[in-house]
Amino acid sequence: MSSNLTVTEARNQLDQHTLEIINWHFSPETGCPYWLDWANNAGWDPREKIESFNDLLHFDNFDDEVLRKEDPAKFIPKAFDGKPYNVFETGGTTGMPKQRIGWEDYKTDYTEFSEHYGPDFFPQGGNWLMVGPTGPRRLRLAIEHLANIRGGACYFVDLDPRWVKRLISMGEMQMAKTYQEHVIDQAVTIIRHRDIKCLFTTPRLLESLALRMSLADAGIRGVFAGGTTMTPQYVKFIQEEVLEGKINYAPTYGNTLMGLAISKKREPGEYSLTYHAPQPRAVLRVVQPDDPTQLVDYHEYGRVELTTLTKEFFMPRFLERDEAIRRPECEEFPWDGVGDVRPFQSGTKTVIEGVY
Amino acid sequence: MATTMNHLHILRLGQPYQSADLVHLPNGFTTHTANPGLIRRDLLRINESKAALDAIPSDTLATYCEEAAELFMQAELPCGETTQSPQDYIESLSNLTRLPHTLVRMNMEKIHAAMSQIRTVISGLTRGMPLEIFDHGLTHHNNLDINFYPTTDSLGVSLPSNAPAVNSLWIPAPVMKIPVLLKPGREDPFTPLRIVQALIQADFPKEAFGYYPTTHEGGDTLLTSCGAGISFGSDATVKKYAPYPTIQVHGTGRSKILIGEDMIHRWDEFLDVIVTSISANGGRSCINTSAILVPSHREELANAIASELNKIQPLSRDDQNALLCGFANTDLAEGIDNLIDSHLEQPGAKDITASIRNTPRRIQAFKQTYLHPTIISCDDHQHPLANTEFMFPFASIIETPQDQMLSNIGETLVVSAFTEDPDWISELLSTPNIERLNIGPFPTNRVQWEQPHEGNLFEFLYRRRAIQGTLG
Repeated sequence: MSSNLTVTEARNQLDQHTLEIINWHFSPETGCPYWLDWANNAGWDPREKIESFNDLLHFDNFDDEVLRKEDPAKFIPKAFDGKPYNVFETGGTTGMPKQRIGWEDYKTDYTEFSEHYGPDFFPQGGNWLMVGPTGPRRLRLAIEHLANIRGGACYFVDLDPRWVKRLISMGEMQMAKTYQEHVIDQAVTIIRHRDIKCLFTTPRLLESLALRMSLADAGIRGVFAGGTTMTPQYVKFIQEEVLEGKINYAPTYGNTLMGLAISKKREPGEYSLTYHAPQPRAVLRVVQPDDPTQLVDYHEYGRVELTTLTKEFFMPRFLERDEAIRRPECEEFPWDGVGDVRPFQSGTKTVIEGVY
Repeated sequence: MATTMNHLHILRLGQPYQSADLVHLPNGFTTHTANPGLIRRDLLRINESKAALDAIPSDTLATYCEEAAELFMQAELPCGETTQSPQDYIESLSNLTRLPHTLVRMNMEKIHAAMSQIRTVISGLTRGMPLEIFDHGLTHHNNLDINFYPTTDSLGVSLPSNAPAVNSLWIPAPVMKIPVLLKPGREDPFTPLRIVQALIQADFPKEAFGYYPTTHEGGDTLLTSCGAGISFGSDATVKKYAPYPTIQVHGTGRSKILIGEDMIHRWDEFLDVIVTSISANGGRSCINTSAILVPSHREELANAIASELNKIQPLSRDDQNALLCGFANTDLAEGIDNLIDSHLEQPGAKDITASIRNTPRRIQAFKQTYLHPTIISCDDHQHPLANTEFMFPFASIIETPQDQMLSNIGETLVVSAFTEDPDWISELLSTPNIERLNIGPFPTNRVQWEQPHEGNLFEFLYRRRAIQGTLG
């Protein structure tokens, strides 16, 4: 996942990759019905106009309602016709979920993630426990793949975030708490009775687990967490108190539509997180909320925009429901990062977040 | 003296802690934000805090509290990385909240009174039981053995920014041997910290206190994770915590003056009391009068009140005569002003102060935004301005037959009933939707320390059980 390229080389690689993906999705021989129909209706052929990543500004921001309304089969590239696929759903909303289909992308993403961290960060051969949303989510298969390629098995404790959100909206706070305790009970049982070395969970569940037991004493050596906002203080708290300064910690930012963005290495005492997208397969930009064609300046907050560029899925310029600080490239990643991600306009609106 | 960028650290059961999430306040102070998990984790050690309080007789704790009252008023006390004199406190708090120095001092005096009269306050809450009830859970009172036990090992309090004196509500808790975890209001990080530092200086065990500047989520965590919680807020706050029997919410006061038929003809004698009830503390308290119900004489009384309120003009915050508070949040002032105007478009209400003041209600003065005191005359109690309250001197006056007043007041924190009519007094005494009742021409903001405050803290933190047998 990390890269040895220079900033210019990475940029050239991204432009080249963009061309390849545009050609793939908008060619009748390989493209999917959704984007081919789209091009017919739009009256322009992206293959003629798009010559670099920046040219994707010719596309409007992707409307994610499409992923609720359209049959996901419309996103099957012709080149993949007849090949069995997975249907994944996003997040914790109620009503018709957003769906994305996939084949190998999740394996690619998590193999790269595994290689980024090497054999010791998450002990090679160690078993994993995933505590969090499984069900129709890409994450469930991805974590098992991660455990398997590192020589371990993966145990699961499910949490249904849609039910938690429903309980909260009904004012059933006590029941939501009871449900969380039920989840933590199951996780504690697995950790106590099986040889678990690595955990994937959300920060909130991680913290709840650590209220019940010392994770370090229980043999946990590496934790991979994501799913909710992690302020610098949250990271400090997790590292120093929840993980007791003894367990490796890999915070990530990701979702079904992107894959996962790794956080760059931090200096001792540095707690602010910066995530870098798995370029060139996905690109995160931090844009001005009132003019999403424009980037914000470095070190300023803006809205997070995601472009996904794989042969399985093309999604240009989707505005996430998050905002972040635009951060420059770093030694590990020669492209922009997104820092201190938080819900979009969380300073002005009440947002239910971190329910699990 | 406070220096620039003075950091107000979290106190984790007495231990200072530096957060990585900081809020820089406009007056050079920086608060450290506690993440909710920090609070949950500290509660794992709350038994140590409880044990520290349990090791000291309650009578000694009461003495400490009395000593702390003087320290609060007069001493240079720790405040973040430096110390704070009483004058530093006044200036810092005034700078953030826009309370005039006079009102900060008045709030200080209320807090001082609650601390220095702690024995009277607790006696009022317990109906005269000796303090030993907190040492042994057992006392002999009125020829009866009585046992009370604590229902919680911690009290979480989410404090507002607009009324420093509400801190007096939690002060009895540590004397009753219940540790307190405090979330200060964003614009008043100083008052709870100064009280805590005074108590610690007076020899309270420091582990009895948590001080957690935090987010809304952190505030929720504090209230729901402690065994008992107190919050302050609007009707929305009341609704939010309604499912939690362990959380007591001090919501909108909607405090009222009711004038009886027997006394309304003497209305001009009560003018000062009425104006004080509306405007004391800048009209920011839930015990300020927000509605006056009269059986007759509405017009004369409204005009007279308007005339008196109009004398309360914006003055600089350090002016000795300042009574009106500016708004730290100018959007809030604009929102209130617009809401009143939009309700006035509905027939049946008139802003009596508007014609007297000859300026807009919302004005800029002394580099601040102010709302001029306002009295609205309403034709009936159904009008949306007839039973509401805002964070400045605002009241409505409604003409209602005396025999219909009590059925129309709704939930009311304080009623001052100006009457000597024994039948009506009897009705008032049995009305369930009044939290605090003053009989006679007393201001609604009058506080008597020997009377239990709204939501009796002792009954909230302790429960009685039947006890019999050989008690030693």
